[in-house]
Amino acid sequence: MVDPESRSGSPVAFDPATAAGWVDAPPRMGFFTDTSVCIGCKACEVACKEWNGVPSSGLDLLGMSYDNTGALTANSWRHVAFVEQPRPSGDDDSPGGGSAVASSSGAPVEFLGMPGAAPPGRTGSAHGRSDFRWLMMSDVCKHCTRAGCLDVCPTGALFRTEFGTVVVQEDICNGCGYCVSACPYGVIDRRAGDGRAWKCTLCYDRIGVGMTPACAQACPTESIQYGPLDELRDRAAARVATLHERGVPEARLYGHDPSDGVGGDGAFFLLLDEPEVYGLPPDPQVPTRDLPRMWRRAGVAALAMAAGAVVAFLGGRR
Amino acid sequence: MNPRRLPVGERFRRFRDRLGAAGTTGAPSGAAPGAASAPGDGPPTAPGATGGSVGGAPTAPGADARTASGGRDGEGRGRRRRGRGGEELAVPPAEFRSYYGRPILKPPVWTWEIAAYLFTGGLAAGSSLLAAGAQLTGRPALRRAGRLTALAGVTASGVLLVMDLGRPERFHHMLRVAKPTSPMSVGTWILTAYGPAAGLAAVAEVAPLLPERGPLGLARRMLPPLGRAAGLAAAGIAPALGTYTAVLLSDTAVPSWHGAYPDLPLVFAGSALASGAGMGLIAVPPTQAGPARRLAVAGAGLELVGAHRVQTRLGLVAEPYRIGRAGRLLRAGRALTVVGVAGALLGARSRVVSAFSGAALLAASVATRFGIFHAGVASARDPRYTVLPQRERLQRRADEQDR
Amino acid sequence: MANADVIVIQGSNMAEAHPVGFQWVMEAKRRGAKVFHVDPRFTRTSALADEYLPIRAGTDIALLGGVVNYILSNELDFREYVLAYTNAATIVSDDFVDAEDADGIFSGFDPETGSYVQTSWQYAGQEASSGSGHTAAERETAAGLRHESHGAPVAGAVERDETLQHPRCVYQILKRHFARYTPEMVERVCGVSREKFLELARAWAENSGRERTGCLIYSVGWTQHSVGVQYIRTGAIIQLLLGNVGRPGGGVLALRGHASIQGSTDIPTLFNLLPGYLPMPQHDAHPTFDAWVESIRHPGQKGFWGNARAFAASLLKAYWGDAATPDNDFCYGYLPRLTGDHGTYQQVLDMIDGKIKGYFLLGQNPAVGSAHGRAQRLGMANLDWLVVRDLFMIESATFWQNGPEVATGEIVPQECRTEVFFLPAASHVEKDGTFTQTQRLLQWREKAVDPPGDARSELWFFYHLGRKLREKLAGSPLPRDRALLDLAWDYPTHGPHAEPDAEAVLREINGYDTTTGRPLAGFAEARDDGSTAVGCWIYSGVYADGVNQAARRRPGHEQDWVAAEWGWAWPANRRTLYNRASADPQGRPWSERKRYVWWDAEAGRWTGHDVPDFEVTKPPSYRPPAGATGPAAIAGDDPFVMQADGKGWLYAPSGVLDGPLPTHYEPVESPVRNPLYGQQANPTRKMYAHPINATNPSPPQEHSQVFPYVFTVSRLTEHHTAGGMSRTVAPLAELQPEMFVEVSPELALLVGLNHLGWAHLISSRAVIEARVLVTDRVAPLLVEGRVIHQLWLPYHFGFEGLVTGDSANDLFGITLDPNVLIQESKIGTCDVRPGRRPTGPALRELVSDYRVRAGVVSGGNPPAVTPGVPIESTGSTGDGEGNR
Ligand SMILES: Nc1nc2c(c(=O)[nH]1)N[C@H]1C(S)=C(S)[C@@H](COP(=O)(O)OP(=O)(O)OC[C@H]3O[C@@H](n4cnc5c(=O)[nH]c(N)nc54)[C@H](O)[C@@H]3O)O[C@H]1N2
Ligand SMILES: Nc1nc2c(c(=O)[nH]1)N[C@H]1C(S)=C(S)[C@@H](COP(=O)(O)OP(=O)(O)OC[C@H]3O[C@@H](n4cnc5c(=O)[nH]c(N)nc54)[C@H](O)[C@@H]3O)O[C@H]1N2
Ligand code: SF4
Ligand code: SF4
Ligand code: SF4
Ligand code: SF4
Ligand code: SF4
Ligand SMILES: [Mo]
Repeated sequence: MVDPESRSGSPVAFDPATAAGWVDAPPRMGFFTDTSVCIGCKACEVACKEWNGVPSSGLDLLGMSYDNTGALTANSWRHVAFVEQPRPSGDDDSPGGGSAVASSSGAPVEFLGMPGAAPPGRTGSAHGRSDFRWLMMSDVCKHCTRAGCLDVCPTGALFRTEFGTVVVQEDICNGCGYCVSACPYGVIDRRAGDGRAWKCTLCYDRIGVGMTPACAQACPTESIQYGPLDELRDRAAARVATLHERGVPEARLYGHDPSDGVGGDGAFFLLLDEPEVYGLPPDPQVPTRDLPRMWRRAGVAALAMAAGAVVAFLGGRR
Repeated sequence: MNPRRLPVGERFRRFRDRLGAAGTTGAPSGAAPGAASAPGDGPPTAPGATGGSVGGAPTAPGADARTASGGRDGEGRGRRRRGRGGEELAVPPAEFRSYYGRPILKPPVWTWEIAAYLFTGGLAAGSSLLAAGAQLTGRPALRRAGRLTALAGVTASGVLLVMDLGRPERFHHMLRVAKPTSPMSVGTWILTAYGPAAGLAAVAEVAPLLPERGPLGLARRMLPPLGRAAGLAAAGIAPALGTYTAVLLSDTAVPSWHGAYPDLPLVFAGSALASGAGMGLIAVPPTQAGPARRLAVAGAGLELVGAHRVQTRLGLVAEPYRIGRAGRLLRAGRALTVVGVAGALLGARSRVVSAFSGAALLAASVATRFGIFHAGVASARDPRYTVLPQRERLQRRADEQDR
Repeated sequence: MANADVIVIQGSNMAEAHPVGFQWVMEAKRRGAKVFHVDPRFTRTSALADEYLPIRAGTDIALLGGVVNYILSNELDFREYVLAYTNAATIVSDDFVDAEDADGIFSGFDPETGSYVQTSWQYAGQEASSGSGHTAAERETAAGLRHESHGAPVAGAVERDETLQHPRCVYQILKRHFARYTPEMVERVCGVSREKFLELARAWAENSGRERTGCLIYSVGWTQHSVGVQYIRTGAIIQLLLGNVGRPGGGVLALRGHASIQGSTDIPTLFNLLPGYLPMPQHDAHPTFDAWVESIRHPGQKGFWGNARAFAASLLKAYWGDAATPDNDFCYGYLPRLTGDHGTYQQVLDMIDGKIKGYFLLGQNPAVGSAHGRAQRLGMANLDWLVVRDLFMIESATFWQNGPEVATGEIVPQECRTEVFFLPAASHVEKDGTFTQTQRLLQWREKAVDPPGDARSELWFFYHLGRKLREKLAGSPLPRDRALLDLAWDYPTHGPHAEPDAEAVLREINGYDTTTGRPLAGFAEARDDGSTAVGCWIYSGVYADGVNQAARRRPGHEQDWVAAEWGWAWPANRRTLYNRASADPQGRPWSERKRYVWWDAEAGRWTGHDVPDFEVTKPPSYRPPAGATGPAAIAGDDPFVMQADGKGWLYAPSGVLDGPLPTHYEPVESPVRNPLYGQQANPTRKMYAHPINATNPSPPQEHSQVFPYVFTVSRLTEHHTAGGMSRTVAPLAELQPEMFVEVSPELALLVGLNHLGWAHLISSRAVIEARVLVTDRVAPLLVEGRVIHQLWLPYHFGFEGLVTGDSANDLFGITLDPNVLIQESKIGTCDVRPGRRPTGPALRELVSDYRVRAGVVSGGNPPAVTPGVPIESTGSTGDGEGNR
């Protein structure tokens, strides 16, 4: 597979900052967000808004569990997702616990609850529905190794920092909106009224002076861990191993793998369910990965177009 | 009530309405789509229909949009199944989970201007080719029409592109960099090169109207040769202009655009030629319109082949091209193309029929461009189109590894 | 907490309400601890816990009693610890009749006052001399609060049976008392499945003992009940039985609320206490300084309270400076006296009755935050003047204008007599001072920014208010003005607004030698001869050596895990109380793993990671000589030095007003008949028979089915208390933008509620509306074969701010716990209906309608003693002298 950016051999060694022309770049910095210890306090959301002066996202009760932010947007650079679900497996002795039971039994079920949760059982039960999970996950820009947003930005407003992160320069961005469609994670967004694209800067102003990003600083349980990416990857691998040992087989990493479709994320996660459950794409790919082939196909089409014209004029004499 | 209280947002209302609509039929967006088949005349209950309007206009893909496309679409493919009450499911329902049915991707922030630009840019490109051909084969009327249309097309393109910017006053920031990884940057430079050439060629057409003396007299003498050179230059760039826009759309994470990258350039090339030809058919008498007619056939052929491939070879992400508003537009485009080509060929003697078929071709191009645009938007709005193909890809990889 | 092997969180939503402290739960979990959460609904804490037990609100004693029973019937207690450090072996009076034997009421109940005469509860042989007696007055003054720093008195030596076989030893009484609290009963009462319950009990017992420790965490999910104090007692009994007190990773942790709510009980904002838990004198009982001090000191008794005279004298010395001398009893006469219940709810009722004319409201928003919101607002609307000092224009300042009673026509803004003075206050970042947090840790905080505009600190306000009053009264011949004029009211000020120096105040709190001005090193230096002045004796030492110890910020990684040099903890910078119990009776650590404080025989002193909570040089072998009193009477192996017998109390012969042992009572409003006793609810609870107050009927009363559902009210991470500090702040307001009610899918189906639709809830006090969130996180429970539906509401909403909504507290009536007069604001009954509530006068009509249907009479309370329950009077010493 041809890769437009693979100038530097093995993908593991690929350092986006160096590739972007930084000489003597510091180690690549990023986030490891361990959702298994997230308590959904949203301190990260608030800290980000306060530090970066991000405007209000609106006063909407969304009914999506405790998520009233909804998604990462130009006005929410951190977003805590809340997923209520019955446990995928396990000791389900609870008459009311089997939502899956209710729907697979074929009985017509009336759905009243959280959209996205399956219809729950009907019977009150002393056993309760305690085999129930409430997943929380603080989402953020992934600062991709191969960032779609950055690749397609026609103004150079998006750039790669010396820390390997991806940042919008607000004085350059003209709001063309291309980055919005090019992000395979649906992160970057154009702000209504302002017209420019905004997203997490990984607190470029803070990390530049050796500080921790505001969200990680505020996180009480160290769900958000900030540091050199290599170190974080080791830590994450160890954490997954521990969780597996302790009987949490569903723990898995997401975005940590430098050989994935975006060359690995600068902000990666430990998840307890499939990525799409949290609103993440299961196998994201940077769109520019196919760009050479796209140009080739366009070239063929362009030739066809020219040929068509030639034929049209040479093909007859009327 | 507190006067400082902010109004409850639109987002919330829409969400509630959607739930209300889902109501008793039990359509949790994340659940098996089998449960999500709403009665045919209901308001949109589509998963991820965050953009769905309250009034019932199906602006999003999903159950209702699918229903709307059913019945009117004669081309029942083998994959389709007929459900209860004439309801059709476009593809077999597949298990998938999502976050409250919300889109994973951000739907493009681009609005109608970009869809319109796809058309005007293509029209300009097709017209320039037509003009150059006419220039080389000595068809002044056709040449004039082509050059003027090209200028109009490229001017409109520029205006549309600037209009769509979030910060129009900063449009010149596009010229800060030249980035091969950004089709928009490439396009900017294509337009930058093409625009003046097309402009000069068009301006040259006014030379005969200029006075014979003075500085303008000089211009009157200088313009025709310059125009010829510029016309050829514009035609040289035109194929790039006509096809780069396909890359512009494909080089995104939007599932239906990205997935269509092998065939979209063909559609756009064809559409550009056909629209240029359509303009020719309208502008010149049938006697001089022979090349335009042949161009129309060539263009239509490319377009139809391309569109057919887009709609059939992409698996799930082809679905948005077949259903909903995009499906309707593309079907209209196809019909208009057929009408246009037929008219061009059969009505070769009649100015009226020729002009009519030219208009049909132009309309076809507009419909096709908007259809493709909307299909992409719809595919980004429904998490199914993001999740399922990626899941399949993962599965394929896993299978390969197993082997 | 990080050292715990098991953590039981019950009655607290720690992750949501104490997210920063919760990091230690996560740390313990990382180290392998198992975490249990017991709560009526699945919260963010449950999400992070290993096990979650859904419980019917208001039934925790039954569940905890089940754990006690499990421990005792399987002999899983940490026997060595229990024998040596608790009163398990102590013999109780013959006269004692357990509630188990009397259908839910202990011996000594006085139906007249609805309170106990505690004589029969005493240790054998001490029936008369215990100093206990009629407790009606104690209830009026929330006397239970005093025990924050020390236990209740015990006289002389006690009879013990070290074999624990004596039928009247505490151990056997306990065993009998909880014998019926079986797993089956737990399931019947609490709706917790037997298996889940046993899992909890097993894990708790297994992770306790010599090598392991477990930690119990509660907060206001326990306290705000009419039996709240007894919930905590039950937890404490378990922890004592399992040897989990005074040891690392053990303890009963009360998570305190507001940033410095601990500080505001230490240096109280409470009507019945003076700094350091010295009780406010009572008008009739304490006419003289001596009478007052002796009532605190209990002459002839053991324990550290013996120095009360020095603490009291030093406090008065700090108040009245030079004017306070031993000859004039340190101006004791100036101290205001209690004449009964002056608690916040009594005051509100007095306002309604026109008995209170003016009111200062500082840092509180009762229009939203206090039970029976309507009573709160109507009370304030009947004042002549009201001063509100707050950061924001809160509901308690605008109720006369924007409150719900305006819509119903009960308050007419043009006619409302209350003149409201709103004074902007400086927030905590705009002034210097300390916070005292959950761990009793004082942490100094520096001013970060100047307060905006006219906003001023509390210190500024009171200092200058006092100064101005004194100026106005200067030269007044009236004796009543002396108290004010003689005050030592002199603090250095600085800055353009003459801000008093907060450190000077801290120095006074610490205490100093009145002749040399030297700051005291600790409360042991306090004297009763006027040579010391101490603002709050338990804080003495915070300014030792003239250094602000609270401002110490040595990072954790530069010191050991106890981090003694971060801030300063009262008393004496001790981080874990009763830590002598971390060593065995001989002074050796119970185990290497749980080593904390131990006796260093060579050095002849106690040593360890923490400041020992023991006289440092008193060896484990020390035995008090006969007739010893005060600290000298505490033996070398009695770790509970603030208890009068040096023991941890499994059984409380006095000090707790509603029983020596915890007993399950139903909440005042409950759809369920008490499955354990004929007595339905706590017979000693504090009730107010005021026309504005009303109580929904509960079984065995008729018509309880008019209010068939249980609602419980608590917090969200995203908002703070009455919302004044969060609904006004955009980044917080948008995170939870509307008032909502959580219901189970079953209830939604039953009542016809739709997700995100409206519902209104009706009690005999009010109707409120809220958006509906249908969620599996609240589950109906099967109780006594009946499905009990519980609803959950946040109490953060009111009618001011960026986001508004009806206040959950409007639903509650006023009923209080007898010990500390805390309101039962965690649970009530209601009806729920789909759609929005009526507005205007129709709203009151709907309430009246329900009241008629339920037979609710204004001001009527259900009988304290459930009809048919016999009252065991132990007759003999019916009106013992005691405290009265
Ligand atoms: N974010 C945030 N943090 C806060 C506050 C805030 O308003 N917002 N307030 C602060 C203050 S003032 C305080 S006092 C603390 C309070 O801290 P917490 O007591 O932890 O908070 P609550 O949410 O009031 O109640 C705790 C839990 O008790 C449960 N509960 C109710 N009734 C019962 C019962 O009968 N039995 C049991 N086992 N559980 C029951 C509720 O479901 C709830 O989950 O929080 C402090 N921290
Ligand atoms: N139903 C139900 N009711 C409850 C509870 C419950 O769990 N359930 N919890 C109870 C508990 S634990 C509590 S603590 C109460 C809380 O109830 P309240 O204390 O009445 O409510 P708060 O909103 O905390 O009020 C504090 C006010 O102080 C202001 N403030 C902040 N800092 C300063 C300052 O430095 N100076 C001054 N002057 N003002 C300041 C804030 O703006 C705020 O308006 O609610 C109680 N009510
Ligand atoms: S996640 Fe999206 S916005 Fe963030 S760096 Fe990657 S492509 Fe860009
Ligand atoms: S919107 Fe701004 S940041 Fe995004 S691609 Fe366009 S110019 Fe770049
Ligand atoms: S790193 Fe900074 S900008 Fe990014 S989410 Fe965290 S606080 Fe916001
Ligand atoms: S601050 Fe940390 S714990 Fe809180 S929501 Fe964010 S990631 Fe989760
Ligand atoms: S708000 Fe303050 S007191 Fe409460 S958890 Fe956060 S830091 Fe601690
Ligand atoms: Mo509190």
